[in-house]
Amino acid sequence: MKWNGKVLLGAAAAAALAFSAPMLSAQDAAPKTIKVGYAISKTGPNAGGANITQIPNYQLWVQEVNAKGGLLIKKYGKRIPIEVIEYDDRSNSEEAVRAVERLINQDKVDLLLPPWGTGINLAVGPTFNKHNFPQITFSAVTDRAPELAKRWPNSFWFLGTSKQYVDALVDLLVKLRKEGKINDQIAMVSVADSFGIDLSKAARAGFEKAGFKIVFDKSYPVGTQDMAPIVGEAERSKADTFVAFSYPPDTVAIVDQARLTSYAPKVMFTGVGTFFPLFPQRFGENAEGVVSLGGWSKDNKATMEYREKIRKLVNRDPDYWGSQIGYSSLQMLEQAIERVGSLDRTAIIKELQNGTFDTVIGKIKLENNMPKDAYWLLGQWQDGLYVGVAPQRPGVAELRVPKAPWKK
Amino acid sequence: MSARNLVIVLALAGLVALLALVPSVANGYQLSLAINIMNYTVLATAWTLFSGPTRYVSLATVAFFGIGAYTVAVLGEVLAWPLVLLIAFVIGFMLSLLVGLSTLRLSGVYFVIFTFGLAELVRQLVTWYEVNVTRTLGRYVFVDITTEQIYWQLLALAVAVFISGWLIQRSKLGLALRVIGDDEAVARHVGINTTMAKVVLFAFSASFMTLAGAVMAPRWTYIDPAIAFNPVVSFQVLIMALLGGVHRLYGPVFGVIPLALLFEFLLAKFPNHFSIMVGIAFLLIVYAIPRGIVGLIEGAQLSLHRLKGAKA
Repeated sequence: MKWNGKVLLGAAAAAALAFSAPMLSAQDAAPKTIKVGYAISKTGPNAGGANITQIPNYQLWVQEVNAKGGLLIKKYGKRIPIEVIEYDDRSNSEEAVRAVERLINQDKVDLLLPPWGTGINLAVGPTFNKHNFPQITFSAVTDRAPELAKRWPNSFWFLGTSKQYVDALVDLLVKLRKEGKINDQIAMVSVADSFGIDLSKAARAGFEKAGFKIVFDKSYPVGTQDMAPIVGEAERSKADTFVAFSYPPDTVAIVDQARLTSYAPKVMFTGVGTFFPLFPQRFGENAEGVVSLGGWSKDNKATMEYREKIRKLVNRDPDYWGSQIGYSSLQMLEQAIERVGSLDRTAIIKELQNGTFDTVIGKIKLENNMPKDAYWLLGQWQDGLYVGVAPQRPGVAELRVPKAPWKK
Repeated sequence: MSARNLVIVLALAGLVALLALVPSVANGYQLSLAINIMNYTVLATAWTLFSGPTRYVSLATVAFFGIGAYTVAVLGEVLAWPLVLLIAFVIGFMLSLLVGLSTLRLSGVYFVIFTFGLAELVRQLVTWYEVNVTRTLGRYVFVDITTEQIYWQLLALAVAVFISGWLIQRSKLGLALRVIGDDEAVARHVGINTTMAKVVLFAFSASFMTLAGAVMAPRWTYIDPAIAFNPVVSFQVLIMALLGGVHRLYGPVFGVIPLALLFEFLLAKFPNHFSIMVGIAFLLIVYAIPRGIVGLIEGAQLSLHRLKGAKA
């Protein structure tokens, strides 16, 4: 019966709070700090992704805001520094829900930052929503994003749906086919996990609708190391376009294998990992011409500065898909708070939905809680930089086809 | 019913009533914690239901838990909730009968390894099916079930596990199982159908685990095989049950509560060193309390008794 004592204590504390609260709000004293909390995967299978795309952004943003003296809150007429409270969700949905509850109820945080990954962001969605915290996700790709934004108006889905990436890829390929640069055959492989399945499903429909023939279509289990059979079959299929919706280890294995057998499809698309800093480190010149998700603006000083800052902080580059978008989302949150001038979360959410914001990737205005035409959907390694090649928007780089032959 | 028994029953009923009031006084976090404790109470007690008397160490907990969660993911949006739970129960029961019949002739370490493999097998089968047949990996669970309702369902499930366990212990089956646990060869020689007894009990234990998974699923909104079949659950249940003590049905509760609170404390205070702290805690537990907390308490009572006896 430990609960009894605890419960009583809780009730007493609640009663004390209830009496003291009106006095406090009458004074409206400025808090010493603004508490920002997050639960993220520091251990378990999600830790790798969280460490590349998300945690450095959080650290950088907090460091920069605090260097300025904190967030400027008009209501109190001054800057208030951020105090961070962080937990490890151990890559587990249930732990994540509980950690977020702890942040809200025990630590009484003023703001929450989202966890890493689609699954965990969806798991904590109802909790963010119940307590009306803005949830600006930038590591979740889900086809239900528009529906989720309606269900939870406090949730923002910056990476959008898998369909939008596939549509961009189909558009590119249709253009190349029209120009006679590729034939109408595609070889596609995918990892048997949510990323691979969702994208290959959308791609299958998109390719066929555009009149392409998928001459080789295979999925392989997570953790497959020997890519020789898959790459070999893709090569024998005579398709000009090779698409792999793969995870980092398989991405590396596929590119290694292709280099080994000098398999150079005219368009070579590989999955997660292609836009990680490790990719050019490992493949050097051979990275040239490989296409994947995300992308970086060729001549944007702000993102270059951002990259320098991340380098300084964690001694490695950010990734070229989610990182810059994530940092931009934090800048948006900061601007929204300062415009609202208080920590009124309803007002902050409204400002995020309707305002226009200046970020490292340019001006962002949301539509249905998702950025519209704000970032690159597809990129290609060109001259040592992973540049955006789709959609067609200012600063777009021309896709280089065919991919250069492998150098040994 | 003797007066003493009546008092115990009334006290337990009062305890359940008090526990049912938790959602009305707890805040969101405390309720989350209570759900976690209740979930592991159900799982660890269901585990003890089978593994306690038979001494078969099972690592298949998450196989059944995950099947329950998946049942909800598939049927949650199309069928009425009680029907979904019923189907989960039936699936868990049938599957565990199948598994039990084919494996409970194994013993010792072979059984442990098989059950661990079973969880992985089920996970791979689900993945294969989703990848090749439905072509969606990751399902959304949008059912209108509140956190409070999840807690109450778990509480009801816990009560059901305890009552079934108590009834089984008093039945012929319970006696048969104790004989099996002491010496399976002897049990066979005195005419007990050992396989049958083990399979029936295994199926009961597994169905409760399946139900727990079904009840918990609406908490996560999104389920994929990695989330539903997380092997950590099996190990955590095993450790909690062993810490509490498996020779009494209520033993695991004494493992679940301190360990759940310990994990919580470590996660909150040492977010960057959680794994190593847990490792150290486990080492200490295994060395210091090999018979579990209930064993420790009973040992203390016994020596107190002896001390009194010696004085008299």
